[in-house]
Amino acid sequence: MTGFRKLLTLAVTGLSLSLGMLAGSADAQEKLKLATEGTYPPWNYRDPSGKLVGWDVEIGFALCERMKVECEFVAQEWDGIIPGLNAKKFDLIVASMGITAKRKEQVAFSNAYKDTISKFVAKKGAVKDTSVDGLAGKRIGVQRGSIQHDFLTKTYTKSDIAVYDKTTDVELDLLSDRVDVMLQNKLTSFSGFFKKAESSGYEFVGPDLKGGLLGEGSGIAMRKEDTQLRDRVNKALAEIIADGTHEKISAKYFPFKLLEN
Amino acid sequence: MLDFDLMMEVLPKLWQGVGMTGRLSLLILLLAFVLALPLAFARNAKHRILSVPANAYILFFRGTPALIQVFLVYYGAGQFPWIRSSMAWTILRDPFWCLIIALGMNGAAYSAELFAGAMRNVSRGVIEAARALGLSWYATVRTVIFPIALRSALPAYSNEIILTIKATSLASTITIMDLTGMARLEVARTYAPYEVFLTAAAIYVAITALLTQALKQLERRVITH
Repeated sequence: MTGFRKLLTLAVTGLSLSLGMLAGSADAQEKLKLATEGTYPPWNYRDPSGKLVGWDVEIGFALCERMKVECEFVAQEWDGIIPGLNAKKFDLIVASMGITAKRKEQVAFSNAYKDTISKFVAKKGAVKDTSVDGLAGKRIGVQRGSIQHDFLTKTYTKSDIAVYDKTTDVELDLLSDRVDVMLQNKLTSFSGFFKKAESSGYEFVGPDLKGGLLGEGSGIAMRKEDTQLRDRVNKALAEIIADGTHEKISAKYFPFKLLEN
Repeated sequence: MLDFDLMMEVLPKLWQGVGMTGRLSLLILLLAFVLALPLAFARNAKHRILSVPANAYILFFRGTPALIQVFLVYYGAGQFPWIRSSMAWTILRDPFWCLIIALGMNGAAYSAELFAGAMRNVSRGVIEAARALGLSWYATVRTVIFPIALRSALPAYSNEIILTIKATSLASTITIMDLTGMARLEVARTYAPYEVFLTAAAIYVAITALLTQALKQLERRVITH
């Protein structure tokens, strides 16, 4: 019995030792593994040949170039992406991950590399003023439980807030005039609602809304103890923003800025 | 395990939705009852021109989920520009009336089936006696068939009332802030679905328990006579 236990202990020690060496050797060669989801176009997805491509992948490689490290992207399912990071299966998550207080308990984030922008949509010419007073008495459609819903309930107290199960339900009621204006993620509206023929008589109104209740944007996640790596990512990020690389990559995907400095 | 403080905190907020649940239930039951009586007659009619449409109506509304019927009325009506520019839109634009129309028509199908069965069970002898006494067909229906049939349908109809109250919970899917709608709002705010939905369930139980008692009293009074 004790012999067996000794053997088991030996095996476990050996295994963890070799795993530790593997991780160590990865550091020594300065090769970083970047994880992304790979099923979230246009942010990160696979092209027909199976290669990981998209906005996140391009930004990831641009950062690695700045940090002068060799990088490799791996695909990881969303549910396992934070556990995978903390289990050292990869070093960075570049997957348009929203920065939230809950995730901050488990991982560290870089500065925002993409804003979470919310924006009102209304029938062309119907709404000019999207301030709290401007929308007083109007019916605003929003998805239940979204950050925009939370924001509206706390801020737009003079409006009639209609909550829906899905963003597409809000869009249907905007089209049928049951709501005067809808508030959702700007990119969701852009790549969903505004890609449909029915939306031709509608437009974005008011300023880009972000920060506070509307979210801190997306960040690149890393293990909490990798503080050095975090500083290097932030430095590289500042550089690709300053020299226009970030904007150039973004312009390939969307006709507007994804990050305001 | 169970956060009682939270349940006490959300209780008054959920209570704000009870009035809406009550208004919806009342109007749905009213519409269903008004539609169900002629439907029940048509269902029992000898002429196929009456019975076939009535049977088709009942088959459709009993054979499809209430949620689909609500979506058909609410989103379906909104799809067509000619409906949106018609008078009907003043009613159909409002989610409140959409739910009453959808669930009222749904309830009518169930109630009609129930009333039609009860009317068929009024014994031939009683009807023949009434006719022999010289009562007109209308008087026979009003003073003999109706009272007997409705009395015997009451226990099943009580059940129908309870089912209608619970069916109003579909209101929250089309933006109406009824009891369920308030509960879902509180879930989105607190992230505590267990406590919030349990509180909502308790309110529904209280309402139906009270109503069941009241209906039992009514049944006792009506049937012993």
